Amino acid sequence: MAEVAMLEQALVQQRQREARRWRFLAAFIVLIVITLLLDIATGPSQLPLLDVVQTLWSPANTDAMTRTIVIEMRLPIALMALVVGAALGLGGAQMQTLLDNPLASPFTLGIAAAAGFGAALALVVNNLFGLESLLSIPLGAFFFSMLAASMLFGLALMRHVNSQTIILAGIALLFLFQSLLSLLQFVSSPELNQQIVFWLFGSLMRTTWDSLTITFVVTLGCSVLLYRDAWKLTCLRLGEARARSLGVNINALRIKTLVLVALMTATAISFVGIIGFIGLVAPHIGRMLIGEDQRFLIPLSALCGAAMLSMSSVISKSIVPGALFPIGIVTAIIGVPFFIWLILGRGRKHA
Amino acid sequence: MLEFNHVAIALGKQVLSRDLCMQLSPGQLHVIIGPNGTGKTSLLRALFGELPLQEGTIRFNGRTLADLGANRWRQQFGYMPQNNQLELELSVLEVVVLGRLQSLKLRLSDDDLRAAMTALQSLGMAHLADRPMSTLSGGQRQMVLFAQVLLREPQIMLLDEPVSALDLQHQMQLMEHLHHQTRLRNWISLVVLHDLNLAAQFADQLIVLADGRLQAMGPPSEVLTEALISQLYQVPVQIHHDDAGLPYIRTLRRAS
Repeated sequence: MAEVAMLEQALVQQRQREARRWRFLAAFIVLIVITLLLDIATGPSQLPLLDVVQTLWSPANTDAMTRTIVIEMRLPIALMALVVGAALGLGGAQMQTLLDNPLASPFTLGIAAAAGFGAALALVVNNLFGLESLLSIPLGAFFFSMLAASMLFGLALMRHVNSQTIILAGIALLFLFQSLLSLLQFVSSPELNQQIVFWLFGSLMRTTWDSLTITFVVTLGCSVLLYRDAWKLTCLRLGEARARSLGVNINALRIKTLVLVALMTATAISFVGIIGFIGLVAPHIGRMLIGEDQRFLIPLSALCGAAMLSMSSVISKSIVPGALFPIGIVTAIIGVPFFIWLILGRGRKHA
Repeated sequence: MLEFNHVAIALGKQVLSRDLCMQLSPGQLHVIIGPNGTGKTSLLRALFGELPLQEGTIRFNGRTLADLGANRWRQQFGYMPQNNQLELELSVLEVVVLGRLQSLKLRLSDDDLRAAMTALQSLGMAHLADRPMSTLSGGQRQMVLFAQVLLREPQIMLLDEPVSALDLQHQMQLMEHLHHQTRLRNWISLVVLHDLNLAAQFADQLIVLADGRLQAMGPPSEVLTEALISQLYQVPVQIHHDDAGLPYIRTLRRAS
């Protein structure tokens, strides 16, 4: 009798645990709606929040000026912040899961650096041949970040290559592409250099409805495919030997996840430039809040990344009213103190 | 029936075992003993399909890994590797339920959770169900992971040093449960143990490995001799017999 009672109690506790995780997801969705509205309201001409809501609700009933600012100028950028943040947050989370290392992220594995080099190369080539192709920059960035990622895939496919080797190789790639980038900067003119540097800062201002749509579709598609492996990815956290013993095909899962993550993050970075930090931190925050259950960690790390980038966007527009700081600079400057506070607090709790 | 036919296992260029021939029967608990580094773990890994065979074949009910494909081959096994270092933010119940990975839906069903709870209860670990895995002791984790393996409902059980971190009570609990279930469910159980007395107490068949070769195989009372153990471990021992006729081993200190 006591055993039956215990069993039922454990079921109830499990359901409570799941309900608590659902509440975190819901809270983040609310947070994201708020930051999205704030993000649209903030800018050179500050709009009242109420006007923003009204414009989004019924665009036909607002004056043309506000409508243009809200719908055509700020909405795609604000949405892009969410999508890119989600892609980086989820991408980072899965790199950390896959490589069993809390330091893994699109940035630390050299994927972002490769994108930076690719974009710079495209700028240099454009300049050499007098081309004015805006498309070539994201294409160059995408090509090189996928190239860097495929070097990592190659390693992941080899026998007897463990996660640490892949991370070391990623860090080596980071240095390689940074050096190549410096080389390009070294040989190019000051004007060109400025364009390169500006791209490297990372900015959402280049967003168009087209780039938003592409990034959204890619991110959504990859997320859905990742989510279908939620349990397998959870098993991976038990260690590779044990995951294999539970019937996970480690190599297949590794490659599939790496490809999806690379695709997702490379697409995001190609359009907005290098935005570090979120890919590293959003997953940690997600994990602190709800643990390793990937059914919840996958959406939460995406939501967390989205909220962080959206907030950074608001702040980048508010530091100096009227001026725009590149968002790539802002994320780390405000994010790092917060993150350090967070990990120290965690240490205290466990001690 | 699990048959090893002239099996050789290598890791890279280093040959770990060679010319292994043995037959393991269902309903029997087989304990592998032998000095460190003699290929006990690699034998389990090769059996599970993690290490390729250099020579020979392993057949289960007449079929090899190549016949079935790696996935279907591995589904027949419950495999508990060594090393239980887990810093994991998952509850004990969630870790156990992962034993059913092959059939888990995105929403955990009550049925899955009940099965996991029953496995924990059968090991006397039910009170831990709600605890985060990261707060458990090494021994508790080992018991939880054993519960996870139970949930797989395997035909062949491979346990690599399952009692290494357990206190006496839990050692006995795990071994008794394994022995009981092996009989009840007709498992072929293969367990690596270092504790020779525990091995002698529970093994139907002792498998003695040393220098990559099968040194002896049979019931403990036949296999455990002073000569074999002393030679195997380079330690002088005396072997006594308890009231039930089971051998137990006493190490002797060398005169200094």
